[in-house]
Amino acid sequence: MLASLGRSVLAAVASFGRLGRFLGDTVRALAEARTWAPLTFQQMRRLGVDSLPITLFIAAFTGIVLALLASYAMTNYVPPYLVGTLVGKTMILELGPVLTGLALAGRVGANIAAELGTMRVTEQVDALETLAYDPYAYLVVPRVLAGTVMFPVVVAFAMAMGVFTGWLSATTLLPVSTAEFVRGLRLFFVSFDVQYGLIKSASFGFVITLIGCFLGFTTRGGAEGVGRATTRTVVYSAEMILVLDAYWAVTLLRTQVAA
Amino acid sequence: MIDFRDLHKAFGANQVLDGFSLTVRDGETMVIIGYSGTGKSVAVKHVVGLLEPDAGEVAVDGQVVGSLRRRELTELRASIGFVFQFAALFDSLSIFDNVALGLQRRRSMSEAEIETRVAESLKLVDLAGTERHMPAELSGGMRKRVGLARAIALRPKYLIYDEPTTGLDPVTSAVIDRLIVRTREALGVTSIVITHDMRTAYTVGDRIAMLYQGRIRQVGTVDEVRATTDPVVRQFIEGRPDGRAAERASIGGASGAFAQEEEG
Repeated sequence: MLASLGRSVLAAVASFGRLGRFLGDTVRALAEARTWAPLTFQQMRRLGVDSLPITLFIAAFTGIVLALLASYAMTNYVPPYLVGTLVGKTMILELGPVLTGLALAGRVGANIAAELGTMRVTEQVDALETLAYDPYAYLVVPRVLAGTVMFPVVVAFAMAMGVFTGWLSATTLLPVSTAEFVRGLRLFFVSFDVQYGLIKSASFGFVITLIGCFLGFTTRGGAEGVGRATTRTVVYSAEMILVLDAYWAVTLLRTQVAA
Repeated sequence: MIDFRDLHKAFGANQVLDGFSLTVRDGETMVIIGYSGTGKSVAVKHVVGLLEPDAGEVAVDGQVVGSLRRRELTELRASIGFVFQFAALFDSLSIFDNVALGLQRRRSMSEAEIETRVAESLKLVDLAGTERHMPAELSGGMRKRVGLARAIALRPKYLIYDEPTTGLDPVTSAVIDRLIVRTREALGVTSIVITHDMRTAYTVGDRIAMLYQGRIRQVGTVDEVRATTDPVVRQFIEGRPDGRAAERASIGGASGAFAQEEEG
């Protein structure tokens, strides 16, 4: 029992060590801008623009449900315009970034792990090295940068879509007028909310792409190994999104409340 | 000249290379033979710094690979073409882009020069006109030839072939053998060919070295190896299933041990 626990702790420490080294190699590869810069734009399209349909789909239905939930929970207690407040605050602060992050952990993280994992087991990563490329500059930096930059953009669209469908359902299904919805939306709005949501999104983009690249890069054992790396990427990314969500709440929201 | 000096490499408890020493002279084609999974690929991956030895060293033109700084290693790699066992073509790139990738990295050639070089290299492997195809559209033999074209496009001083004919039918294998010979004649490269196919070894090799239990069992010219009296080498080149060598040959293989080590 103790021996097993000890082995698990050692394995976890070794994994963190490997991740640290991986991160160090990625930072060092930033010097190879001529390699990663052109590829980053390509990845921005793949990771960002191509993720918009699924993101907007999720945000659209979340906005509808939020408006109806707000109305249901607050009927007869609070003025109807607060539906706008609840939809806006929740989409911008929490559900926009977190639901998008979780969806993209599956779409983007799994895609990266599977792609790089396959490249690793078929020796394509080794081939890159023999062609005198730094595989970190060619494969990792473009994906991590694109994820960090594009996730906030995608989340901004998700926020807008959620608020839009929240307004649409409030004005068509509930006794809330556009003027009331907008009044509620603006009532407690501060620009910090958007900054908070976007900072969170950037951190989600960073960890999802980093975990996907790391587990893809360290894949061993053929198709089975690729499958394992893909599954782990989704699980670890989802866990890290929730941990980071709590971290940002403690560090940014709490200080804002104190101020 | 490529010099393997007392190379040791283990993956976990599996000692794959155990005092591997071999000198590959300039201009020659050295064939390394041995049972599947005995560490032939592991040995040559040290030449381009894809693996680091536990002990010993590999020197290329006097430069010890393990002691090179990153930039120096990159320069060394640019002088060595590596043809992978399963071609290792980049799935998402066209044949043209696969072959051009290494040239684009050098940044010393114009687009027009790269196009010309890619066309020349593909012609040399009898695949002229396939530039626009994707790797998935080609057969296994064609993919291997593109892998060779990618390596020779860089006009390397050294070429390393990792099991170039494994998994191919006899005729396609003979085509690849002929290409290896033709490439050496056309470009004058020094080559290392990893194989367990004796026909390939006899066709392309100037000298043959047998790797057995982590070290070189015998090295000599094709004729010397053909006439060997060493029972282990004899059994291997004749492909006899019974005998001491087969019993002691690695079953799991170095690559299997490598995977387990990384898993752990």
